[in-house]
Amino acid sequence: MPSHMLCRKLRDRELGAVELTESMLNRISKQEKDLGCYLTVTGEDALCKAREVQTKLDSGVKLPPLAGIPIALKDNICTKGIRTTCASKMLENFIPPYSAAVAEKLDEEGMVLLGKLNMDEFAMGSSTETSYFKKTKNPWNPEFVPGGSGGGSAAAVSSGEAIMALGSDTGGSVRQPASFCGVVGMKPTYGTVSRRGLIAFASSLDQIGTLTKDVRDCALLMSLIAGHDPLDSTSFPMDHIDYTLYLHNDITGLKVAIPKEFMETGTDEDVKKCIYRAMETFEKLGANCFEISMPITEYFMPAYYIISAAEASSNLARFDGVRYGYRNEMYSGIEEMYKNTRSEGFAPEVKRRIMIGTFVLSSGYYDAYYKKALQVKELIKRQYQEAFQKYDVIMGPVTPSKVFRFGEKINDPIKISMGDIFTSSTNIAGLPGISVPCGFDDNEMPVGMHLIGKHFDEGTLLRTAYTFEQNTEYHLKKPPNGGKA
Amino acid sequence: MIEYEPVIGLEVHAELSTDTKIFCSCSTRFGSQINSNCCPVCLGMPGTLPVLNKKAVEYAVMAGLAMNCTVSEASRFDRKNYFYPDLPKSYQITQYDFPVCTGGHIEISQGDEKKVIRIARVQIEEDAAKLLHDKTGSDTIIDYNRAGVPLIEIVSDPDMASAAEAKSFLESVRAILRYIGVSDCKMENGSLRADVNISVRRKGDKAGTRTEMKNLNSFRAVTRAIRSEFERQVGLIDSGQAVLKETRRWDDTKGISIPMRSKEGANDYRYFPDPDLPEVLVSREWAEEIRRNIPELPNQKMARYMENYKLSEYCANLLTSSVEISEFFEVAAEKSGDPKSACNLITGEMARIMKERKLPEGDIPFGGEKLARLIDLVNLNIISTTAAKKVLEIMFETQSEPEEIVREMGLEIIADTEELSEIISETIKENLQTVDDYRKGKKKALGHLIGKAMARSGGRADPQILGKLLKVEMDKC
Ligand SMILES: [Zn+2]
Repeated sequence: MPSHMLCRKLRDRELGAVELTESMLNRISKQEKDLGCYLTVTGEDALCKAREVQTKLDSGVKLPPLAGIPIALKDNICTKGIRTTCASKMLENFIPPYSAAVAEKLDEEGMVLLGKLNMDEFAMGSSTETSYFKKTKNPWNPEFVPGGSGGGSAAAVSSGEAIMALGSDTGGSVRQPASFCGVVGMKPTYGTVSRRGLIAFASSLDQIGTLTKDVRDCALLMSLIAGHDPLDSTSFPMDHIDYTLYLHNDITGLKVAIPKEFMETGTDEDVKKCIYRAMETFEKLGANCFEISMPITEYFMPAYYIISAAEASSNLARFDGVRYGYRNEMYSGIEEMYKNTRSEGFAPEVKRRIMIGTFVLSSGYYDAYYKKALQVKELIKRQYQEAFQKYDVIMGPVTPSKVFRFGEKINDPIKISMGDIFTSSTNIAGLPGISVPCGFDDNEMPVGMHLIGKHFDEGTLLRTAYTFEQNTEYHLKKPPNGGKA
Repeated sequence: MIEYEPVIGLEVHAELSTDTKIFCSCSTRFGSQINSNCCPVCLGMPGTLPVLNKKAVEYAVMAGLAMNCTVSEASRFDRKNYFYPDLPKSYQITQYDFPVCTGGHIEISQGDEKKVIRIARVQIEEDAAKLLHDKTGSDTIIDYNRAGVPLIEIVSDPDMASAAEAKSFLESVRAILRYIGVSDCKMENGSLRADVNISVRRKGDKAGTRTEMKNLNSFRAVTRAIRSEFERQVGLIDSGQAVLKETRRWDDTKGISIPMRSKEGANDYRYFPDPDLPEVLVSREWAEEIRRNIPELPNQKMARYMENYKLSEYCANLLTSSVEISEFFEVAAEKSGDPKSACNLITGEMARIMKERKLPEGDIPFGGEKLARLIDLVNLNIISTTAAKKVLEIMFETQSEPEEIVREMGLEIIADTEELSEIISETIKENLQTVDDYRKGKKKALGHLIGKAMARSGGRADPQILGKLLKVEMDKC
């Protein structure tokens, strides 16, 4: 049940906050061994918070919209006093003495934190298989990956182990797992949500995003986490927005563009079918769809890989064993301590990106790679800008491939990274994107559609997604066995 | 014999005296308990983000303007990546491609000669932590109090041709920064540090390969290191060896420099724009406002002293060497209306006393108005200049009022004729031979007698009246 319904039940006393949290914790304890969404479950704290909210409800205090709703966070979002690992050996025992800006907000608004969710190590991956701790299964079929890097977040929402979740999206890490698990995932415009307390992967691309059961929940959660944070210098100075005000069931006259390159870049036939059907739905609902061309598409991946790896190589340099995190104790001399610590603390995928990033920034290669990538970034921005002068929304698949099985791609970094191709372009351009369920493939696994909006035009994205959702039933379909994989 | 000359450029690091650090709100206080001024941001904890301290930008712009630089309307922070335990994030936030100020100059003087030294750039950056080694030498303690303290790096062009010029440049930079109040520039606390680039060339030729000298913690070290490195390079060239491009560490106790361990690719800092920080914007209006707040600079002040107080360039230069001294001087000069005497006492007797007492420059234990009152006592003929020196000595000792010291010590001038006549007759009685010499035409003997009489008065006799009375007495018979 989505949170907007639960909220009403909580307010109408049909359901108690403690009862709700208890039922979530029960479900977690029943399903976790099969699903593996969580790295840490904070049951005691959750119940405590739920009791606090219930006391307020009982005394008739007016509470914020999402008070009492259980939520879980991707494990790269810092939580004061609660282990935050980035699913890495490096931070296996790291307990931050501070909370991320979003975690503070959730707490202030009375939301109940259930725990921390599995992910690819340091958010690098597309299947959550690079987690140091465990695999997360796709609730629709345990043979399949939940997507990544926020696989834990998507699987938790999809399987009912959390009502809502937050993830982080550097190249698609919210939207791709949302698509794979059949939930709604939004990456807002860069600067909308504070990055303070989000353990950085690539600072110029990272943005915290939402994973929810439907579009209304997405709007509710966005309204809570969006807003200016003076302690994040890249946060946009904006007033509070109530995104639910955009939820109109009406897209008459909306101009939707579909770049033909998005359908031709090795895009799976099943995925294409779903997208074309969604296009027809849009047309039926009064929108006008146009095929356009974005020739820059072929440069999305190289630009994304170079920029994200470059920034990651610098962001992850602080994990050196000196102050916190893992330290190899068998060393003589500082050089060896660094070497052993970082060799053992990071797994191959992270090391691969650090090495690529170090390479593209090194003198002699900087101009050929990093500088070029920044130039491509400007071109990508410009092509999107040009498209948005004529169209309201750009539509396409979230990823070219459909949901894949465990082990299918883990050893093929090129193939797995192609999964980010469409989503990552919006991170490069700083644009908002949303993944909405739009069908199923021949394995009966969910397929998502990707809608891209203008800067700070989450409103139009939400309205479009909401209208689609109100007139289709994909979001109502549940994973078999109630999500218990 | 081939004549060589050094080509010297300086990189001066000055800690800005903002109350808080550059990217967090921790205090910058020097000498606090180890690791008491730090937070997750300056410790580089995961997920933390920098927020630029506007004051640091203001101070950097002020420094740049005081050194005749152009202020960039938009500058940028970059990351300088390298691993070292004193660097919490394993990168330093600094300015690489687009510093806040560029293209300035300052004037240095070497005796009567003046020289313009160009400033290539002024950049803002964060300081690193401080490594302390325990007595056994096996453990290293990292003190993060200094991590994130704002710094400016002032980079000169290689315009200096001697150790003396380099020292003079550093002194001028220090004077300017202290004048405008953006840094306390205490080399002993590390709030002013300099790296020196040196190469040598035959006079008139192009400069050779340069080396960089680090760890110069005093003016003396700068001078000595330059001389030593110059000789080393000349020695290499003369013996047909090549000068290697390297960074060397100066050991001031041993008086030698040693090459710093060059790690593989150690100089590849992989600079790139820091994605956590937006461009630093300094509007024309803001720059102008900062310019208006710049106090009078040393050379402007010097010109004014020479013009208004009719002081020599030498004196004006001495008086403007520090803000404290110039402020002290101005009070004394204005209150006494006698800038010459104020200047003479400050640069003469007071400088001597301060040196003797090892007082830091400008650290005068009393105010300029006290000196003015002392000058008044001399000018009103209440005490002699000799007595004034005694009073000064005691003022340093006890900080008492000059009048009080004069009274207690009985230093007033004796101008009373009767009292003086008595001294004179006593003096004559004891020096009959000299009196006789005078009367026989040995006019010089008068001076001798005046000296004797003055001594008898304990230096207090009014010299003019004493002289007149003595002459009258001598010429009597
Ligand atoms: Zn701090």
